Amino acid sequence: MIVFQKPKALTDAPFHYCPGCTHGIIHRLVAEAIDELGIEGKTVGVAPVGCAVMAYDYFACDMVEAAHGRAPAIATGLKRCMPENIVFTYQGDGDLASIGMAETVHAAARNENITIIFVNNAIYGMTGGQMAPTSLPGQVTQTSPYGRDTKTAGFPIKVSEMLATLEGPQYIERVAVNNVKNIKNAKKAILKAFKNQTENKGFSLIEIISTCPTNWGMTPSKALEWVDEKMIPHYPLGVYRDKDKEAE
Amino acid sequence: MTTQILIAGFGGQGVLFAGKCLAYEGLFEEKQVSWLPSYGPEMRGGTASCGVILSDEPVGSPIVSNPDILLAMNLPSFDKYESQIVKGGKAIVDSTLIERKAERSDIDAFYIPATKMAAEAGVPTLANMIMLGKMIKESGVVSIDNAVEAMKKVVSAKRADLLEANVKALMAGYNY
Amino acid sequence: MAEKVLMKGNEAIAEAAIRAGCMHYFGYPITPQTEIAAYMAKRMPKIGGVFLQAESEVSAINMVYGVAAAGFRVMTSSSSPGVSLKQEGISYIAGADLPALIVNVQRGGPGLGGIQPSQSDYFQATKGGGHGDYRLIVLAPASVQEMADLTVKAFDLADKYRVPAMLLADGTMGQMMEPVELPEPQNSNVEKPWAVRGTNNQRKHNVVNSLYLKPEILEQTNFERFERYKKIEENECIYEEFMMDDAEYCVVAFGIAARISKNAVIEARKQGIKVGLIRPITLWPFPKAPLAKAAKQVKGFVSVELSMGQMIEDVKLAVNCSKPVNLCNRVGGMIPSPEQVLESIKNLVKEAE
Repeated sequence: MIVFQKPKALTDAPFHYCPGCTHGIIHRLVAEAIDELGIEGKTVGVAPVGCAVMAYDYFACDMVEAAHGRAPAIATGLKRCMPENIVFTYQGDGDLASIGMAETVHAAARNENITIIFVNNAIYGMTGGQMAPTSLPGQVTQTSPYGRDTKTAGFPIKVSEMLATLEGPQYIERVAVNNVKNIKNAKKAILKAFKNQTENKGFSLIEIISTCPTNWGMTPSKALEWVDEKMIPHYPLGVYRDKDKEAE
Repeated sequence: MTTQILIAGFGGQGVLFAGKCLAYEGLFEEKQVSWLPSYGPEMRGGTASCGVILSDEPVGSPIVSNPDILLAMNLPSFDKYESQIVKGGKAIVDSTLIERKAERSDIDAFYIPATKMAAEAGVPTLANMIMLGKMIKESGVVSIDNAVEAMKKVVSAKRADLLEANVKALMAGYNY
Repeated sequence: MAEKVLMKGNEAIAEAAIRAGCMHYFGYPITPQTEIAAYMAKRMPKIGGVFLQAESEVSAINMVYGVAAAGFRVMTSSSSPGVSLKQEGISYIAGADLPALIVNVQRGGPGLGGIQPSQSDYFQATKGGGHGDYRLIVLAPASVQEMADLTVKAFDLADKYRVPAMLLADGTMGQMMEPVELPEPQNSNVEKPWAVRGTNNQRKHNVVNSLYLKPEILEQTNFERFERYKKIEENECIYEEFMMDDAEYCVVAFGIAARISKNAVIEARKQGIKVGLIRPITLWPFPKAPLAKAAKQVKGFVSVELSMGQMIEDVKLAVNCSKPVNLCNRVGGMIPSPEQVLESIKNLVKEAE
């Protein structure tokens, strides 16, 4: 009897992520969703610039590596020329909410029929822990060494809330992966985001509150607690847009 | 044989369209042709112009800086381009909008109240075709029969009413 | 022979692209090339193609990247400031070895510059406007007919070599109308086994990528790419020679500058000056061989450009500075007259005597 196995939509390449980082969990949830919908053969993923830059080595479906922030534009191109295929992007907070904000907002406004996996850990991980557009007020990073001063560095951007003000998008939900219950919810949301696309419903974005123990300077378990203590109060979990629900 | 024609006036007078008709007429006569418009913000209400070249040889530069024939549809255009006409060239002048006569004596100037004629004929937007007709008459650069045939190419088949009005205006200018 | 129709250069590009099997266009409005986008917006929905007005030039070129990755013919068009914005994407497309067409209907610069014709993006187009070692196949049309023909050619070459191509036109070429015989519609059947269209669970996944963190591998990809560039240089160089047989002087010019120069050459011949014209049609690969050959025959060159002198550097390199190369130019949207070019030819003659 098989009790546990790796999803088919993941390759055998070992993840390069730091110990305790939750990217691995999120990769797995995405792959499980692809497996469950049986869409691996027609899925094309777009990897970002950031910690997940080498996601193209991990997902077994066809993959494209994007320039920083441009994944939604590339996904738009892919989806428009192959409407029968499933196209997703996997992006971090710097990629999606800073340098790629225009691409994100306009893909949402067009209700582009793509799925976006948005990993928000409030920091630039790949480059060694700089302030992100989603870093919390007061958060100490390499480029906010005295804590994020909202007077000079502005306020964190709440992507899900902001995109939900648009008429375009089909489905926007914020989830977390810091405990079993949250992981189960995240799985459901990701699955729905892909299923929406198979049903031609349009733009689905799942914002996933993630951890960065290395650059937060915490143990992995402390980082999980910090998600509950600091991140979720600032970034409340929940569904911000679901046209299905609104239609009911 | 190469003829360079410059058509100039206000944006909205159909300067570019008149040039396009002329280019089609040239094409109809199996001449080598080019049509180059002025472009940009000046088109919106300012001056508009286009240069048309009809030739038996391949057209080199499409830029008409010294026209053989100038169609001046407003005073600023006449002021600007009169001096640039080649010696012995022609100016077709809309005398409704341009009160003065040509200053040069080494060009042939022809005056036609195109705007007034168009208004009286109930086709105020077709002064351009009247000017074109007059130009064909005075220059013979294309034959009037071919000009009428070519017009059918330019005006979309769906707008037969427009075609008729355009041809009428063209002939009015030709017969003035 | 197909019927000749009068078309604007910009429209000829758009229609030729469609006939070359390009069913995907992404653009952003900018003068003087907006007719391309307008034409595509009108035609694409009627033929089951895709027209999308992107939120920026940056997005447009990345949408192109997406479609190119899937292996379909795709294009974007813009004018100088917009093409600068596309450079990041162009570098990625080159780095990922994707075929695509970028059209630049040039206007005066730098900065916002003006909207009148220019050729001052020559360096950007031919020397790599983005980062890294890469080349674009750069084609420079000098008539509306060539706007159409070279568009088709650009798609073919891009597919053949997996190299992005650029059509480098200018405001005059885009705006002018001339008779054009449109190319016959064709289906591009180039095999693209590298394309990402889904594995269909039949093969290992394809990855379209320009990231190689191991320097020895990145070096190797560069070497391999330049092997292809070498083949392009050997096989795909196109140029026109005009009255060069007995020429003692040579004008070098492309695009609109070449047309003006032709008038000047004809006039100079009438005045007894034995001058000819070499017109590069591919700016990269640059026609080095015919220029080197001409250098053995003529006493000097004039490079006629709508720039402060960009192509002239390639002319000097091609002739190995063995003969004088003078510059005849106007910039900022101004266009040299045939008289100015003639004057430059006469000056060259004077210097040579």
